[in-house]
Amino acid sequence: MTTATAEDFEYLQRFIFERSAIVLAEEKQYLVDTRLLPVVQRTGVDSVADLVKALRRGDRSIETAVVDAMTTNETSWFRDAAPFEALRRLIFPDVIAQNAMRRRMSIWSAACSTGQELYSIAMLLDAEFPELGSWKLDLLGTDLSTSVVERARSGRFSSLEINRGLPASHLVKYFTREGAHFVIADQLRSKTKFELFNLARPWPPMADHDIILMRNVLIYFDIPTKQRVLEAARAHLRPGGFLMLGTAETTRGLVDGFTAVPAGGTTVYRREEA
Amino acid sequence: MRALVVDDSRAMRSLLRQILVKLGVTDVIEAEDGVVAVKLVEGGPTPDLALVDWHMPVMNGLDLVVELRKRKEWRHMAIMMVTTESEHENMVRALLAGANEYLIKPFTADAVVEKLSLLGLHLEPAQVGETDGGAS
Repeated sequence: MTTATAEDFEYLQRFIFERSAIVLAEEKQYLVDTRLLPVVQRTGVDSVADLVKALRRGDRSIETAVVDAMTTNETSWFRDAAPFEALRRLIFPDVIAQNAMRRRMSIWSAACSTGQELYSIAMLLDAEFPELGSWKLDLLGTDLSTSVVERARSGRFSSLEINRGLPASHLVKYFTREGAHFVIADQLRSKTKFELFNLARPWPPMADHDIILMRNVLIYFDIPTKQRVLEAARAHLRPGGFLMLGTAETTRGLVDGFTAVPAGGTTVYRREEA
Repeated sequence: MRALVVDDSRAMRSLLRQILVKLGVTDVIEAEDGVVAVKLVEGGPTPDLALVDWHMPVMNGLDLVVELRKRKEWRHMAIMMVTTESEHENMVRALLAGANEYLIKPFTADAVVEKLSLLGLHLEPAQVGETDGGAS
């Protein structure tokens, strides 16, 4: 999928400023991809460039979608307390018990954006589950956009990003400062892998996972796509593994084969035995 | 809830006050340095929260944290550094001295809400929008 050009970015910068009074700094160009590729998918155009063409034509519904997407704030660390409570209290202890013999755990953050979700999980595991020190952890993050995946892979964050919900104890333990940026510790980054992946297209062969996080992605898809994506997610979860969705998302009425389990103030979906 | 904002920049104090007020914290007191802050706290009632800048004339933020943590009756006060100071070693010093959280300037209003929530202060962010915390 093509990404935004510098000219597209300038147009969007002016457009967003006129609509929302928010100034997008040049270094925020990566946000254009992060935020607009889901809009590209949802509205059925082919690329960000086409989205900009639609804006120039004055397409009202696309204008609203773009403003909404571009004015959302940075991704937070440990975003939403409930899913992380669910991981801490139910999911990790359960998977640790299930996999005690194999001593491996595989986690996939399927819409990882710039990596905060996956790195938060890496910090949580390191800080609270020291028994996993000798396990093989496969932490995979994927996203639609090349620039976003590259940023996630770099593990470098601005102070604006680092401020978003990251406890100070984790900041000093897991990050070092390099100039104006904070860089995640190698000990955590070496456990992670970030790759390009479009959930809405046919999935390439991949290993199965114990936990899949796919939060706030399905909302962008129509019902047949949601069903296809959920079926594929089920097929790539080990029996007894967990799928985590956004608060407004569910498997109910879309696919079979999951049991809804209340945990940590949210609902998680457990793959039923084959 | 009572909050103390300590910063030598009047603009920054006013911005933090504005964010706190939007979160429903109406009892906000301000000090331009550590010495004034200690006097205000001594004058009581003890604030539940202190937002403390690092670089200030007279008494800096780190020394202020040390002072505030000396007195048993002030121990319940949550202290968050709000500063441009982001050297790793200094952040560790502030936390060891008794600061509970650390917010690096510039920041957004949402970041303040999230940090306060880490301190167990779950304030209603309904009115907080895109306010930029500035870069001072």
